[in-house]
Amino acid sequence: MEQSQRNISKLVDHLFRHEAGKMVSVLTKIFGIENLQTAEDVVQDTLLHAFQVWTTDSIPDNPSGWLFRVAKNKAINIIKRNHHSISFDFSDKELLPLTSNYSFDATMDSFWKEELVKDDMLRMMYACCHPAISEENQVTLILKLLCGFSTAEIAKAFITNEDTISKRLYRTKEFFRNERIKLVIPSIAELKNRTEVVLNAIYLLFNEGYNSTHTEELIRIEVINEAMLLCKMLLANEYTQLPEVYALMALMCFHSSRTESRQTSEGTIVLLADQDRTKWNYQSITDGNTYMQLAASGNSISRYHIEAAIAYEHCIAKSFDATDWGKILSYYNLLCLHYSSPIAELNKAVVIMQVSGVEAAITALGNITDKNKMETFYLYHAIWGTLQIQAGNRIAAKGCFERAVELTQSVAEKNMLNEKIRMLV
Amino acid sequence: MKEYVLLFRGGLDFQNASAEQLQKAMEKWKNWIDELAKAGKFSSGQRLNKNAMVMTGTNRQLSDGPYAEGKEIVGGFVAIKAVDIDNAVEIANGCPIFDHNGIVEVREVAS
Repeated sequence: MEQSQRNISKLVDHLFRHEAGKMVSVLTKIFGIENLQTAEDVVQDTLLHAFQVWTTDSIPDNPSGWLFRVAKNKAINIIKRNHHSISFDFSDKELLPLTSNYSFDATMDSFWKEELVKDDMLRMMYACCHPAISEENQVTLILKLLCGFSTAEIAKAFITNEDTISKRLYRTKEFFRNERIKLVIPSIAELKNRTEVVLNAIYLLFNEGYNSTHTEELIRIEVINEAMLLCKMLLANEYTQLPEVYALMALMCFHSSRTESRQTSEGTIVLLADQDRTKWNYQSITDGNTYMQLAASGNSISRYHIEAAIAYEHCIAKSFDATDWGKILSYYNLLCLHYSSPIAELNKAVVIMQVSGVEAAITALGNITDKNKMETFYLYHAIWGTLQIQAGNRIAAKGCFERAVELTQSVAEKNMLNEKIRMLV
Repeated sequence: MKEYVLLFRGGLDFQNASAEQLQKAMEKWKNWIDELAKAGKFSSGQRLNKNAMVMTGTNRQLSDGPYAEGKEIVGGFVAIKAVDIDNAVEIANGCPIFDHNGIVEVREVAS
């Protein structure tokens, strides 16, 4: 009895956070992006109001509808009260009916339909990923506006301080104001290029959650889930469900199938070769397959297609030794040919070691073109170290691992590397 | 049964709390109050906004409070029914305000 009572008063996980993202998107459309802060304030007030009322009354049957209604009424008050002090630009044809008393109320009501809210979130996503905004500011903005994270929570996810995050947000909001950025879904001519920027931001977000073994477990998993939700938003709209969007979704499904087995419960890193493959999430792999099939249309292959194909090969291998390294290498060759990056070449060198042995891998590693970037990347040195062990150069290996330890901030990674150094001496 | 008022100070900073913090805190407060209500011990309760004016003296001098910091301001109250002060303290023990370093003052209503 007591248990059922408890369940009734429990909301869907992250309801406030996700509804905040929806409300900010709708309100920003109404107020204009220059009044983004006002939109965020209305959302905070709305959540506080829910806190007050729901704590002592009962939680409404449709919590989301309740929040939307409160937010709408607060927005109406702001528009009416600040008729003269804040200038709202209702010249857009969707907003034009707000200029007449006759159509004002009905128009304010009409904005909260589910389909429209989804469109508003997509517009917000494209605005956050404006090409003139830096990558790190894009992901910061997405987490703040669309995913409903607080400045403190974003700082935690990126292991930085709140000040840095506040500054990033401030600068980007200023950019929005000065450049009078419009909230629109790009035209068909721009769609591909603009979506590429959005996908890049989603993938960065995913990697932040997936690779950051230094942050709190909870935030890490949430960031992974958010990245996947954002990608699903693009897929839910016929206009934005491009093949590369499906490919990125497939890639994230394949990678996230290993989230559980990549770390022990104590936070120790488990390398691919040592992972318990029965712990992989096979539902996630199946989902990835479905998305991969949907990605196989159109006439261009994105980097996500190739990376998903690589991830898939790892997912279907019965064991590390049974992995089809030859096939993976051919995908890496394709990746390095069309989407060359030092990271891709670095990973390719590891695969070369499996296929052709350590000498060939050392040559490949030595041939990486953009070495400057690699010098400060811990993984580059860690891989050098691994190759040096294979080649029998223990002293050189130790130096590489020591350099890697200096370069990573992650405690789990430091521990793993120190363990390797300990084994060497 | 006697009437007690629990006065809350400090705790979660509502204006700056994240959506996730608000949801989690709301669920905890709700569960706590629901259980009190089910046991017939809950009378009423409200959260108070920070907007406050304090009036002092015969000339009713206005100020925004004698408080040095937010933690000293009463942020809300809950009126409960309890057998005695020990029982009231026991009830206050389950209050979610302690998750966020808040203070509860337990006061008996004079009858």
